[in-house]
Amino acid sequence: MLEIKDLRVSIENKEILKGINLKVNAGEVHAIMGPNGSGKSTLASALAGRDYFDITHGKILYEGRDLTELSPEDRAREGIFLGFQYPVEIPGVSMVNFLRTAINSMREYRKQDPLPAGDFLKLMREKKKVVEIDSDLTNRSVNEGFSGGEKKKNEIFQMALLEPKLAILDETDSGLDIDALRIVSNGVNKLRSPENATIIITHYQRLLDYIIPDYVHVLYKGRIVKSGDKSLAKELEEHGYDWIKQEVDSEV
Amino acid sequence: MTEQEKILSEVTDSDYKFGFHSDIETETIPKGLSEEVVRIISAKKEEPEWLTEARLKAFRHWQTMKMPEWAHLTIPEIKYQDIIYYAAPKQGAKYESMDEVDPELLDTFNKLGIPLEEQKQLAGVAVDAVMDSVSVKTTFQDTLADKGIIFCSFSEAVKNHPDLVKKYMGSVVPYTDNFFAALNSAVFSDGSFCYIPNGVHCPMELSTYFRINAANTGQFERTLIVAENDSYVSYLEGCTAPMRDENQLHAAIVEIVAMENAEVKYSTVQNWYPGDKNGVGGIYNFVTKRGICKGDNSKISWTQVETGSAVTWKYPSCILRGNNSVGEFYSVAVTNNHQQADTGTKMIHIGKNTRSTIISKGISAGKSQNSYRGLVKVLKGAENARNYSQCDSLLLGDKCGAHTFPYLEVDNRSAIVEHEATTSKIGEDQIFYCNQRGIDTENAISLIVNGYAKEVLNKLPMEFAVEAQKLLAITLEGSVG
Repeated sequence: MLEIKDLRVSIENKEILKGINLKVNAGEVHAIMGPNGSGKSTLASALAGRDYFDITHGKILYEGRDLTELSPEDRAREGIFLGFQYPVEIPGVSMVNFLRTAINSMREYRKQDPLPAGDFLKLMREKKKVVEIDSDLTNRSVNEGFSGGEKKKNEIFQMALLEPKLAILDETDSGLDIDALRIVSNGVNKLRSPENATIIITHYQRLLDYIIPDYVHVLYKGRIVKSGDKSLAKELEEHGYDWIKQEVDSEV
Repeated sequence: MTEQEKILSEVTDSDYKFGFHSDIETETIPKGLSEEVVRIISAKKEEPEWLTEARLKAFRHWQTMKMPEWAHLTIPEIKYQDIIYYAAPKQGAKYESMDEVDPELLDTFNKLGIPLEEQKQLAGVAVDAVMDSVSVKTTFQDTLADKGIIFCSFSEAVKNHPDLVKKYMGSVVPYTDNFFAALNSAVFSDGSFCYIPNGVHCPMELSTYFRINAANTGQFERTLIVAENDSYVSYLEGCTAPMRDENQLHAAIVEIVAMENAEVKYSTVQNWYPGDKNGVGGIYNFVTKRGICKGDNSKISWTQVETGSAVTWKYPSCILRGNNSVGEFYSVAVTNNHQQADTGTKMIHIGKNTRSTIISKGISAGKSQNSYRGLVKVLKGAENARNYSQCDSLLLGDKCGAHTFPYLEVDNRSAIVEHEATTSKIGEDQIFYCNQRGIDTENAISLIVNGYAKEVLNKLPMEFAVEAQKLLAITLEGSVG
């Protein structure tokens, strides 16, 4: 589904990602871990198409297409979803209006008719159950005045509604208490299917107790320095990142 | 399709395809301004002597005045002698350009999920269409007359209801009020007149649609609305002009008189040609709008969406003379490219227990300058006056400016006056967030801006709200990224 080949990304001539290689197939869950500043969020943003990065080298292939040729909105319409680390507030715009616009933009892209209001509301109700989100939340403006946990739940709710093929969750666990973490993880697990794939970007192993990844990758200084299965996450939990840092730094 | 629907489609039409120029045979007088010209205008309109004299008095006064310079506007010198002060489509040249109902309009309604039956109610809007210096058509006059409502062009009112015109014209905005009011009082051409008798709730929206068509002309219309005791009327005003390289002057006066228990709601969607991306051309819009809540428990509510004009200078105001009277001002002012707007309101509290609300939402983009200027004045006798003002500014990009000039003058200790102001920026983060959900940038801006302006847009009558929402998006097109 996704193939990243020797991807190098710079911001203002500073190279952040220094040759990333990653292959994600349908049905897989990949966790990308790493210490602060290793380039995790840059990778997520580059996949979603934020334009303040320069892709200086390499390729991102998504379903065989060069992803960099697509605008951010077209990437979304092609089924890429980014769960934001810091979801943005949009005052005065109700969640209902926002999501209806989103869904209908995607439907228009796929040459489908807009979803009738009744069907849309029904869909919202169904998906709310998946993420155990309060009804009240969708009546409010987008993320406005939401608590940290509500914002993250809201991201998962949107993911449920938009049914992406590839979901990238950027530090979705940060700032969550244990209950919210459980709800968010449950949401992600329920949405797992053989047709879609998930990339979970996280700092801590904690989240991976709830969402069991097929692969774990460690990102450090802009490179994937180690890949393994879920046991790698356990190892990181026990020993921290220092042993990897030492290993990598001694090679240089 | 009825004539009303056709006119309405023109009113609620939205893209700036308004930039077209209709090839209508026009009768104009030579450019320039003098007593002679004032007399010619008056003669063309076959006015009574008293009105000619009133015009001349205003003209003489205007000659002693200077253009106000206090606004936060940079305006090149206006050459008043280069302007044509009267232009009229020749007889028989009715609105030929009013074609079919815009399919886009129908489409918009369908998207909003409004059934066609409701849409038909749109025909329940009476329209006075003013082209250049004359009113070309007023609809539903007969229906309204059954209720005793007078709705006609100003010129007709002068002919058919001279006593009413004489009594109220200039009673709210005297010709001495300001430079542009004096100019208008001297050369005003046409406009609308509306009279709602005692106890009548006007059954439909009344609307004036202003169109400047002829080149090098100024537009100087006057609107006068009188609402007698216990009456109600909702009034809409829309305006457009063709795209031209030279600037054109528009100086209007609107006067509203609300008697006891009367309520007047006045909504404007101002979409005069704003000039091109480099600031060439566009309308200079200098408007004096004022209403007086003369009777107790009366209410005047101004709602405006200002998206057009190169320069806007406009302060729809309320004089709250009756006890318990209420004044409201809801405004969205959008400036893009090189547009400049200095707009706001005045709330003058005279009566006891008078209340006013001001909600102003400025949106600046491009290299534009957008100012809110507002006065809240509480006079000595205005016991328990109450005002709440909220002035928000939204900036797109880093080359535009937003300014707030609130003036508060309070001479009564029992008054409660509140002022809140915020300034924010449309973030790239917000736009990217929308993009990531499949919403393109244009729609994202429209969504964000409409969310920001929602409080004001909600005050507009339905059909105007739709137009306004689209207008906001169009005005800001290309302003980000």
